[in-house]
Amino acid sequence: MEKLIQRAGSIDPNLLKKDFPVFERKVHGKPLIYLDNAATTQKPQSVIDCIDNYYRNHNSNIHRGVHTLSYESTVMYEDAHKKVADFIGADKWNEIIFTRNATESLNLLAYGWGLHRLEEGDEVLITIMEHHSNIVPWQMLRDLKGIKINVLGVDDRGDLKLDELPDLLTERTKLVSIIHASNVLGTVNPVKEITRQAKEVGALVLIDAAQSIPHLPIDVSEIGCDFLVASGHKMLGPTGIGFIYGRESLLEDMEPFMYGGDMIEKVTFEKSTWNELPWKFEAGTPNIAGGIGLGAAVDYLDGIGLQNILDHEEDLLSYALEKMSAYDWIKIYGHKSTTESVGVISFNVEGVHPHDVAGMLDEEGIAVRSGHHCAQPLMSELSMDYTARISFYLYNNKEEIDLCVETLKKVKKIFG
Amino acid sequence: MQSDNLEYILDHYKNPRNFGTIEDADFSYEEGIPSCGDVIRLDLKIRNNKLDDIKFSGTGCAISQASVSILTENVTGKEVEEIVSYTDKDMLEALGGQVSPIRFKCALLGLTVLKKALTGKSSNQ
Repeated sequence: MEKLIQRAGSIDPNLLKKDFPVFERKVHGKPLIYLDNAATTQKPQSVIDCIDNYYRNHNSNIHRGVHTLSYESTVMYEDAHKKVADFIGADKWNEIIFTRNATESLNLLAYGWGLHRLEEGDEVLITIMEHHSNIVPWQMLRDLKGIKINVLGVDDRGDLKLDELPDLLTERTKLVSIIHASNVLGTVNPVKEITRQAKEVGALVLIDAAQSIPHLPIDVSEIGCDFLVASGHKMLGPTGIGFIYGRESLLEDMEPFMYGGDMIEKVTFEKSTWNELPWKFEAGTPNIAGGIGLGAAVDYLDGIGLQNILDHEEDLLSYALEKMSAYDWIKIYGHKSTTESVGVISFNVEGVHPHDVAGMLDEEGIAVRSGHHCAQPLMSELSMDYTARISFYLYNNKEEIDLCVETLKKVKKIFG
Repeated sequence: MQSDNLEYILDHYKNPRNFGTIEDADFSYEEGIPSCGDVIRLDLKIRNNKLDDIKFSGTGCAISQASVSILTENVTGKEVEEIVSYTDKDMLEALGGQVSPIRFKCALLGLTVLKKALTGKSSNQ
């Protein structure tokens, strides 16, 4: 029965494409085939309209003044927090703090929590799969506070070495900060099990969901994590908006990250006290339009259903892997295990630099990423160097994959 | 890269001119583009204020490798001052056709390295 419901809700990407104005344009005279969704996603008309409507009809500053516009924009901005809270199963909406992006979220936690709560010799456990944004802030604390960074590695299939986790979790481990889905390999890590083990040594758990939240259902209470961060622009929302989920008691106990207007309760020259959550962490006039736009993106995703998106991407992924595997000159990284994956494929065309692969695909209107994907430690561990990467979303279809593979054949012929 | 100069670029990419190193180079300089991993090293011999010999090595995409190959051909035997005044525009024109602005960085890497080598930003003298 459950399967039947899913079938009924299955995605028609060609219909969904009509919701995204960008697909009306051509690139080099060809219809746009957008396969760079791990970098950022396209925006539906509803998100664009929502931002447009805010600036046309409601624009004003929030939490100030009693006039109508200010009241409306305050309600809209707070509602956006509520939508995100519901989307990830948070208990309370004030557990959602809006930031610029996942990177700023991680920095907020490194400064607001780590700087004040970690001591010399304390340990933070990350994995070798992390995006640079979940490595570099902890290095700042290592240099400033003398904390130790432990790193959980991957095996040659690209799966985390879970058997080594118990040895890396010590009584000094204060935080386990892990990427949920790899932006390089697509691997979805078993965050629930890692959280369970981390809790046994009393560590807090932070999930970097930037690459997972657009593609699969997430419930923070089910995972059991303490913090979760993500970027709006990777989940159909505008750029310049991201968020942190944090347990209320932990957020209450944390120091602010940025100081100034809107984050205060009372200011005198002797002392200032802090505003209630989440405003304590949202100093200054925030990205109001961006926050409201993120709320609209969440509405759109809710309307489609994350399970439907995941099913659709799994379908595209297995189709693309089968097509690409047919050619021995296409080297595919990862996807060797049976663990869950989001729709990301890093690959190389033998003897061709990934820039030339991406450049040639662009000539055909196909957008893909090439480079190190901001995950240099993982790339060097798996001897990957630089790769091309395709990544899917709800509006992609199998014909696009066919065209991509046809163009790769052309690339091989010209450059190989 | 467009079809009008694709053949020219592919020729230099697949059969690079002046590829290699110079043991007793007067100047050497190496630089890369961190975001794409391209690296170019240039070894130079200068005689009577003229570029007597130039060799390049490194790895990169077709445009960066072909550009530096073309560059080495164009500057050999020229006076140092003349080479230093070689502009980005000159380099892009030397590629014989349009290069997408996205790839300018690749096309100009060789020239950047050459100028830094000549202006003594780094040397192994």
